[in-house]
Amino acid sequence: MAVDQVAPAARPPFFYDPRVRAIFFQVLVLALVILGGAYLVNNTLANLARQGIASGFGFLDTTAGFGISMSLVEYSEESTYGRVFLVGFLNTILVSVVGVFFATVLGFLIGVARLSRNWVVSKMANAYIETLRNIPLLLQLFFWYFAVLRTLPSPRNSVELFGSFFLNNRGLTSPSPIPEAGFSTVVISFAVAIVAAFFVARWARKRQEATGQQFPRFWAGLGIIIGLPLLAAIVTGFPLSWSVPELRGFNFVNGMVLIPEFVALVVALSTYTAAFIAEIVRAGITSVSHGQTEAAFALGLRRSPTLRLVIIPQALRVIIPPLTSQYLNLTKNSSLAAAIAYPDIVLVFAGTVLMQTGQAVEIISITMATYLALSLLISGFMNWYNQKMALVER
Amino acid sequence: MKVLTSVFLAGAAIAVSTGASAGTMEDVAGKGFIQCGVSQGLPGFSNPDESGNWTGIDVDLCRAVAAAVLGDASKVKFSPLSAKERFTALQSGEIDILSRNTTWTLVRDTALGLNFAGVNYYDGQGFMVRSDLGIKSALELDGASACVNIGTTTELNLSDYFRTNNMKLNPVVFEKADEVVAAYDAGRCDVYTTDQSGLAAQRQKLKDPGAHMLLPEIISKEPLGPVVRHGDDKWLDVVKWTLYAMIEAEELGVTSANVDKMKGSDNPGIRRLLGVEGDGGKNLGVSGDWAYNIVKQVGNYGESFDRYVGPKTPLALERGLNALWSDGGLQYAMPVR
Amino acid sequence: MSEQSQDYTTGQHPDLPAPITSTGVIGWARINLFATIPNTILTVLAVLLLLWLIPPVIDWAFISADWSGQTRDDCTREGACWVFIKVWFRQLMYGRYPVDEIWRINLAYIIAVAAGILLFVPGLRGKPWIGLFLLAGFPIIAFYLFVGGSFGLPDVETPLWGGLFLTLVISGVGIVASLPIGIVLALGRRSKMPVVRSLCITFIELWRGVPLITVLFMASVMFPLFLPEGMNFDKLIRALLGVMFFSSAYMAEVVRGGLQALPKGQYEAAQALGLSYWKMMGLVILPQALKLVIPGIVNTFIGLFKDTVLVLIIGLFDFLGMVQLAGTNPDWLGFAIEGYVFAAFGFWIFCFGMSRYSQHLEKKLHTGH
Repeated sequence: MAVDQVAPAARPPFFYDPRVRAIFFQVLVLALVILGGAYLVNNTLANLARQGIASGFGFLDTTAGFGISMSLVEYSEESTYGRVFLVGFLNTILVSVVGVFFATVLGFLIGVARLSRNWVVSKMANAYIETLRNIPLLLQLFFWYFAVLRTLPSPRNSVELFGSFFLNNRGLTSPSPIPEAGFSTVVISFAVAIVAAFFVARWARKRQEATGQQFPRFWAGLGIIIGLPLLAAIVTGFPLSWSVPELRGFNFVNGMVLIPEFVALVVALSTYTAAFIAEIVRAGITSVSHGQTEAAFALGLRRSPTLRLVIIPQALRVIIPPLTSQYLNLTKNSSLAAAIAYPDIVLVFAGTVLMQTGQAVEIISITMATYLALSLLISGFMNWYNQKMALVER
Repeated sequence: MKVLTSVFLAGAAIAVSTGASAGTMEDVAGKGFIQCGVSQGLPGFSNPDESGNWTGIDVDLCRAVAAAVLGDASKVKFSPLSAKERFTALQSGEIDILSRNTTWTLVRDTALGLNFAGVNYYDGQGFMVRSDLGIKSALELDGASACVNIGTTTELNLSDYFRTNNMKLNPVVFEKADEVVAAYDAGRCDVYTTDQSGLAAQRQKLKDPGAHMLLPEIISKEPLGPVVRHGDDKWLDVVKWTLYAMIEAEELGVTSANVDKMKGSDNPGIRRLLGVEGDGGKNLGVSGDWAYNIVKQVGNYGESFDRYVGPKTPLALERGLNALWSDGGLQYAMPVR
Repeated sequence: MSEQSQDYTTGQHPDLPAPITSTGVIGWARINLFATIPNTILTVLAVLLLLWLIPPVIDWAFISADWSGQTRDDCTREGACWVFIKVWFRQLMYGRYPVDEIWRINLAYIIAVAAGILLFVPGLRGKPWIGLFLLAGFPIIAFYLFVGGSFGLPDVETPLWGGLFLTLVISGVGIVASLPIGIVLALGRRSKMPVVRSLCITFIELWRGVPLITVLFMASVMFPLFLPEGMNFDKLIRALLGVMFFSSAYMAEVVRGGLQALPKGQYEAAQALGLSYWKMMGLVILPQALKLVIPGIVNTFIGLFKDTVLVLIIGLFDFLGMVQLAGTNPDWLGFAIEGYVFAAFGFWIFCFGMSRYSQHLEKKLHTGH
């Protein structure tokens, strides 16, 4: 900002110096922010103390005493509030990860369909995009939840699939695996297989770079990952039994249940986000100029390697940054779960626990910090990936 | 930047000028109305009609406090709150009084920084199921899915009850009472559980109320009453004695219809209540005719009960535990003297 | 065949019309629907899907729907019961705003629409003034009209506000306020002053990182806890503040994208001309940067408009909240679907309109080569 002055005849007074001004201004802003923050904290503490509201994080060790309909970890009424947080947190992660997966798949499909030369298909994709992204997610969530609930039969009239899957308005009940002795061998062999597949792929790439010989690394990798655990299972004599659900009284016992809240939330989140992802994908693909395709064909590449090696890597560069923010949005939108009884962190922790303990400041802070950390984690990861994919220029 | 700063300062000045004061009593007198936290719509207790007028026995209590403090029962503003929001709203000062069918418990009375001012409805938790399920008792509910409202004592009692009876429970927990009913109606749950009065009220919101039945078990004590902030004794006294005045008026036979005539009564109890004798009002920090205003503008406890939840209303609830102590119930006002 | 076309030299042939299979409907269909065998299969599948989806919807919404009547007993057919919407229409649009005062809302609508139409009239002068009026003058007029309490208008308290009206108020305030705040934040984020920069980054990332529900919960029930005893604002104002900060953080990131996209030469040229920081930004950088990010800005607006439905979770009866309230009325049970469809349609109209307007603006302002 400082421009060299021609012939500095007289030094201007110091308060005209932009550097001094900048420092002064910054000190002022910082002081205001600190004062404002201190004022709010002070008020809050005074208010809490005056009314004798409990404070601190001791409540996390208190027994919760209420049930939760879905949990990825061991949970019972005797668990602590800290455990409730963990259950809610994992449920949030689960629905986000599953939602991101389906949204990406669906979004790419619709984005490609939008570019299809088939008129009907392209218009249908367009109609899908314009409808779903212009209607509030909460509304779609209510629609899916109650549409799903009302169409499904009661447990006694369940739809039966393959004799051991049952679909009703309590969810999809399926057999759950029970590991027996020796099962750990299968798990270990699975891990070993993944590592081996990774090294095979690396070796294949190196060989191709050095000699030009190609190696079917995808099929080889898949073979290793499936084959090795299968072999281990055969050797150990299939150390796995199934707990098959059966109707007793009202509901099914044994087996595991995919609750309708989860299904509705995943469907709503992924169909909604897919509409945005489709537009991003379309923009990404159209951003790669047609010359690239022609150049690849001129080099003698066939259609599939052209797409895989030329078009998609370039399109991904345009796609990834906005895709990141869609993933972030999906994760944050999963907090709408509270509206349809899916036990995510907002419902069980910032809901039930908040009510039982009354410690709003602590609980809302923890909840917000959790989402913030998740957001930073996702954007950090995607930034790293984006850098890896970025165009390396001279 | 300068403009922004001056706007900010002006905003701050306005905000500050609304003034900090010592207690809710002075605060209410200053702003001229009472901010009352109610439910988001529970017929009989607090329910808005199509033009936004609130009615119900919880609403009446707030109106009675307004009549006692401000002399005008209409000077109440209502904040509809979900079960989850209610205590935070009261703690933070967003509302002056919480009158939202709230159960009196030890934790709420202490750690949450609240004070219960009495009980305006004695209730207990019950179960509603579809008649065609063919069960007769709550003890047959093993493995059932239960629709329940988040952050209520109901949610905890339910877990306790299933645990003590060694039954498996699948709780489905919703944030708004309406969503609980909608999900139960859609068949998501086998059983809907809340306070018995709540079951009677929400039953009207089911598609076919006749296809459902209440189970005989009552699994908890749910004393519902108005709540105020901890550490504000003066305001607590006013709310507490407003409730007592309504009950006392019923016991003494003072109604909104005969209250003017009753002013000339010889009964010293009535004369004290209506402010003809003694200085109860002055001790409470309100005008001498506080109880007169309550009864005149809102009515006594029995009138309020009959108007919104009694046998002639859609809820059709009997007085039961809520009869006066002299009729074998639990409603018992401390002596107004 | 006219006279001229027969007048040809030897060896040449008349230009025959294109074969019938490559022009008109048939040709179009051949190219766009049945180009290859997989393409044909795709077309057939897509048409089958449409045939499976659309007729039942049309039947439900129009053909076997009930349109006239006053009570639920008038809904006797299988289709939708639009009577429900008709009866509750006033509440869905205006909430519980007093009937006698609704003209005030309508007047504000008319002013806004009139000014908006003037903006579209081609060749009209003084459009910047109209724009300024819409952004600065209109909110003041609307405020006095809606709130009342002066100029002889009776006071209407905010708890009575509701329906589509409340949705428009919240999103309107959010839109008008978030742009300037967002610009200031974006400039702050690119400032050379480390304190200002880090504060802006913290602010933006903090708001962008948390879900709106928790923000609204804080604004609606926890806010007074942070203030001295006895001090408070209206609940609607607090919700507005939450929505405003939330969307301005998103806006800041959009604007930052525009600022980053401008070549450095623009900054240097402006500085070479001796422009001060604010003049450089106001006259050179921002006009170009904002033009670049119009689609992003409108998308943020659309997002904000849709997000306003979340206020129903904190007990404000916006459009969707009113629909839900109407659906739980004991006299009108079982028409939730009609309500939701109506609400979806309402939101769709607004959002689709906005996105179309942004495309129009984008084309019009596209002055590049």
